[in-house]
Amino acid sequence: MLTRAHEAVNPKRESPNLTQPTIEFKDVEYHITIMDSRRILSGISLKIHQGETIALLGRSGSGKTTMLKLINRLRNCSSGEVLVENQPVRDWDVIRLRRRIGYIIQEVGLFPHFTIEQNVCLVPGLENWPAAKIESRLNEVMQLVGLNAAEYAGKYPRELSGGQRQRIGVARALAADPAILLMDEPFGALDPVTRAELQREFLALARKVSKTTVLVTHDLREALQLGTRVILLDAGRIVADASPGDFLKLDQEVAREFITASELLPGAAQ
Amino acid sequence: MNVWQFFASHRVEILAATREHLTLVLISMAIAVAIGVPLGLALVTHPRWRAVALAVASIFQTIPSLALFGFLIPLPFLGGIGTRTAIVALVLYALLPILRNTYVGLTGLDPAILEAAEAMGMTEEQILFRVRLPLATSFILAGIRTATVITIGVATIAAAIGAGGLGTFIFRGVAMVSDAVILAGAIPAALLALLADFLLGVLERRLRVV
Repeated sequence: MLTRAHEAVNPKRESPNLTQPTIEFKDVEYHITIMDSRRILSGISLKIHQGETIALLGRSGSGKTTMLKLINRLRNCSSGEVLVENQPVRDWDVIRLRRRIGYIIQEVGLFPHFTIEQNVCLVPGLENWPAAKIESRLNEVMQLVGLNAAEYAGKYPRELSGGQRQRIGVARALAADPAILLMDEPFGALDPVTRAELQREFLALARKVSKTTVLVTHDLREALQLGTRVILLDAGRIVADASPGDFLKLDQEVAREFITASELLPGAAQ
Repeated sequence: MNVWQFFASHRVEILAATREHLTLVLISMAIAVAIGVPLGLALVTHPRWRAVALAVASIFQTIPSLALFGFLIPLPFLGGIGTRTAIVALVLYALLPILRNTYVGLTGLDPAILEAAEAMGMTEEQILFRVRLPLATSFILAGIRTATVITIGVATIAAAIGAGGLGTFIFRGVAMVSDAVILAGAIPAALLALLADFLLGVLERRLRVV
């Protein structure tokens, strides 16, 4: 009802995707207190629109993972606010919020006591989907990540290779068809060949499913290859926000360090 | 009279004492598990009580077993001479390993798994019963196994307060200065402990997930 009222007074509004960010950070600060207060993130403001793939790039300890966790409230911001679909995350029912957001982490976090089917179908099951719908969704997402559902459904995570487990992690995150995908160094633990393979597949997949994705990485090549926009974090602040094409031309100091360390020259993005 | 002759001539009595001993252990363990495991589960969601609960359970373990039996005798309801007092003491002894292993097993899981469970929108209760508990089962069972072996040993002392069991022979043997009589109680108790350790070990390995 609120949306309709809003549309009525604002008839010129364009497609909601362009005007309303899917995820928004408003002057977010996050600090933790162990011995003394330590600031992890400060002055973070960012709008992420539907269908974008944001690569959050930064060194270890730059706060990129924390930023990701503020979105699904695995962490709560100390000040400022994070909005998902125009609603502050603290006003969301946290369980509902998380079930709308797919989450993929480096260690995969598959449940070792669940079969692949039980792992992948967990959220649809929690959401009480009818059995037939869960079954067909299993086949769908397994196909998306390039694994045969019939062959893998009954297996346990320990019977799979690292690359296969990571695919299952992606399938599980996609299972309930979330609007948003959060990925925390999803390809970090893989060997270079498997990583390149999964990165290529992820690109194809991202085009097919058009989710709003936030990808945390410390690998500039990965950020440039997978992101539609690269956000560079340093010591808890956003120091650069550029398209992959423009990133290599940046003069910003930390950006240059990344470019030099990755042995990339301007124009090499493609 | 050597030990084998004693075994042969008293086999009915020894068998009866063994059965008594086993009953004492089984009842005590059943009660200890019924208290320890749910208490461990509750501590996961109420971590404020963790330190208190584990401290209290540890204190019981530090009291020498003979003294604990003695302390319980004058207590109303729980105390007195006989089986009931012995069971109370054995439960207090068995509680710590069960409680501790339950709590540690439930909370010591791979953080990536717990984070994934949380991030997928599982409620605290769903995480507890669908993730923590199944993954902690073999660890909890290891605690029960330790507690069982301890209880079989400590239960021999229960004879001192008239609860019967294999300890009867041990105390009698000590009084008679007869190794044969002591061994008539000690050997079956040791065999029971080994058997329980083996069987629960098999179960523990079978229930291990990873």
